[in-house]
Amino acid sequence: MNIRYQQIEGRSLGFYALVAGLGVLILTALGSVYFMEHHGHYVTGMNNRIVWGIPHVFALFLIIAASGALNVASIASVFQNKLYKPLSRLSGLVSLALLAGGLMVLVLDLGRPDRLIVAMTEYNFKSIFAWNIILYNGFFVIVAVYLWMMFERRMNKFSRKIGIAAFIWRLVLTTGTGSIFGLLVARHTYDAMIMAPKFIVMSFSFGLAFFILILIASYKWGDRPLGDVILNRLRNLLGVFVAAVLYFVIVFHIGNIYLAENNNVEMILFANGSIYTNLFWYGQIILGSIVPLVLIYHPAVKGNRSVLGLASILVIIGGIVQMYVLIVGGQAYPLEMFPGKDILEGYGGIVAYTPSFPEIALGVGGLALALVVVTLLVKFLPFLPESLADKVADPHHKI
Amino acid sequence: MNKELNRRDFLKNTTAVTAGVATIASGITLTTFAANDNPVTNEKRWGMLVDTNKLTESNINDMVNACQEENGWGSEIHSTGHQKPSWIKKIKVKDKVTGKIDMLPMMCQHCEHPPCVDVCPTNASMKREDGIVLVDKHLCIGCRYCMMACPYDARSFVHEDLSNQKEHMPRGKGTVESCTMCVHRVDKGEMPACAEAVSSNGVIFGDLYDANSKINQTLKKIQSTQIRTDLNLNTGVRYSGI
Ligand code: SF4
Ligand code: SF4
Repeated sequence: MNIRYQQIEGRSLGFYALVAGLGVLILTALGSVYFMEHHGHYVTGMNNRIVWGIPHVFALFLIIAASGALNVASIASVFQNKLYKPLSRLSGLVSLALLAGGLMVLVLDLGRPDRLIVAMTEYNFKSIFAWNIILYNGFFVIVAVYLWMMFERRMNKFSRKIGIAAFIWRLVLTTGTGSIFGLLVARHTYDAMIMAPKFIVMSFSFGLAFFILILIASYKWGDRPLGDVILNRLRNLLGVFVAAVLYFVIVFHIGNIYLAENNNVEMILFANGSIYTNLFWYGQIILGSIVPLVLIYHPAVKGNRSVLGLASILVIIGGIVQMYVLIVGGQAYPLEMFPGKDILEGYGGIVAYTPSFPEIALGVGGLALALVVVTLLVKFLPFLPESLADKVADPHHKI
Repeated sequence: MNKELNRRDFLKNTTAVTAGVATIASGITLTTFAANDNPVTNEKRWGMLVDTNKLTESNINDMVNACQEENGWGSEIHSTGHQKPSWIKKIKVKDKVTGKIDMLPMMCQHCEHPPCVDVCPTNASMKREDGIVLVDKHLCIGCRYCMMACPYDARSFVHEDLSNQKEHMPRGKGTVESCTMCVHRVDKGEMPACAEAVSSNGVIFGDLYDANSKINQTLKKIQSTQIRTDLNLNTGVRYSGI
């Protein structure tokens, strides 16, 4: 059956309000960048111990989510699942948009963003970071080509091949992002190869949460039919991913606790009542994992879209909290410089970090950029099927 | 006296001292320190041996002050707390079992296998042939990944505009910096400022490879250690007495 794609109308007051609102957030972010770069990073809460703060939390969160958002398209083209096929275009778009937002934040938080050209021309091939720059750029190209193949009827036949390439690329990309942390030998809190697979499941979950939210919102606001068949599939998938992340988190931390040298760090992060303990338990575990799982699987709310939307929002918030605990919490604890000795003076202690407004504005601006890209592109290009009613999405579906 | 000997060791290995000076006066790029007449080769490996038993607290304070004076850091106006740069710092440790207290100066350890260099995306962090680890301020984009990677908390990020910089030590807002082992002095055949600030034998600077150098001979005789030996970074800065 042929799916008909159609731009959204995008002339309603709500549409303009949404674009304007996001625009304000983006402008605030750019203003903040100017302020931070003009004065220097002393106006932020970051310092020589917490070198990566809120901007990195948002940037890496968005980049991870970006690769995960492509999953829907991958399931359709790589695993030949017909049900997801009509969603492929949107999946590619959300993926690119999130990546653009994440990269914007990452670049604008550099000490010298004006030297971006240096980062593009001087490569240290031993550096995971340099590899990531290549991976991110490549991802843009591959997904853009992939979208083109999907849009252009003549090219449709290639879309499976390029879809497979994109799928492999995104796995490598997330592995690369995870390795930014996983390969830091100096830091107990990170140094573990489990980081890479953990980032991959995190990406599945965060990316799908974004996708579901955007899907529900655009069909509701655009007054187009969206059936339960698709949503229920996505709901179940999200449930599996959220549970998988939870599983990895548990394995990771139990592993760490059993490694005696990490015991201290683990205790500080997870049992001493610090801000990170609270964020971990209340934000990441309860709000970001357990509550969404209940919302997804509880029979009483099973078919409810608003509840699914809420679960997705919680997964996103929980994901940001998780990145915060990982990135900021991981730096707050001092390096183990003198095993067997206590440092009395000159170094040590858990460092406090209070994010400043411009940092937060920059991070939120990246998110806004991603959303505005999606909003505008679905208006100008036919990304969304006219209808995703059950009989369109799955002709064999029995009502 | 001993310092003099040590310095002679240097001069023996260095030619055309004045040529070196000229380069430094005009050259801004760190990588071009050391003129052709005074080549940086991998036949040398500059290092330092810190003997904590011979260093008093005021010695260490002198070292920190000398470094600030020489390289012009520490008078930042806006940076607060951990935002202030610290190329070298005084650290006090207490052994968990014996309770023995030691005090030591900590700076960039000039690792032979420096994690900061491995992770730097733009090659701004680099190790010279003679083992000195530097940041090229023209290539640094301020990503701070090297600070994440350094196991010794040796690096600082410049959080604000600077004024009154030393000509031989360009620094810049938004870039990362750390101890350069006073490369501008070493290339002239002089000693790092911190080593010179201590008149006892508490700090010995020299060529680790040169069998006749004082540092080499001392390291052969006494027991010394590297901080976090387990990481196998083979640091150029060694310690004894801890
Ligand atoms: S001590 Fe740190 S900054 Fe210095 S060479 Fe080693 S890793 Fe790099
Ligand atoms: S902050 Fe500068 S020196 Fe450090 S890793 Fe980034 S580019 Fe390299």
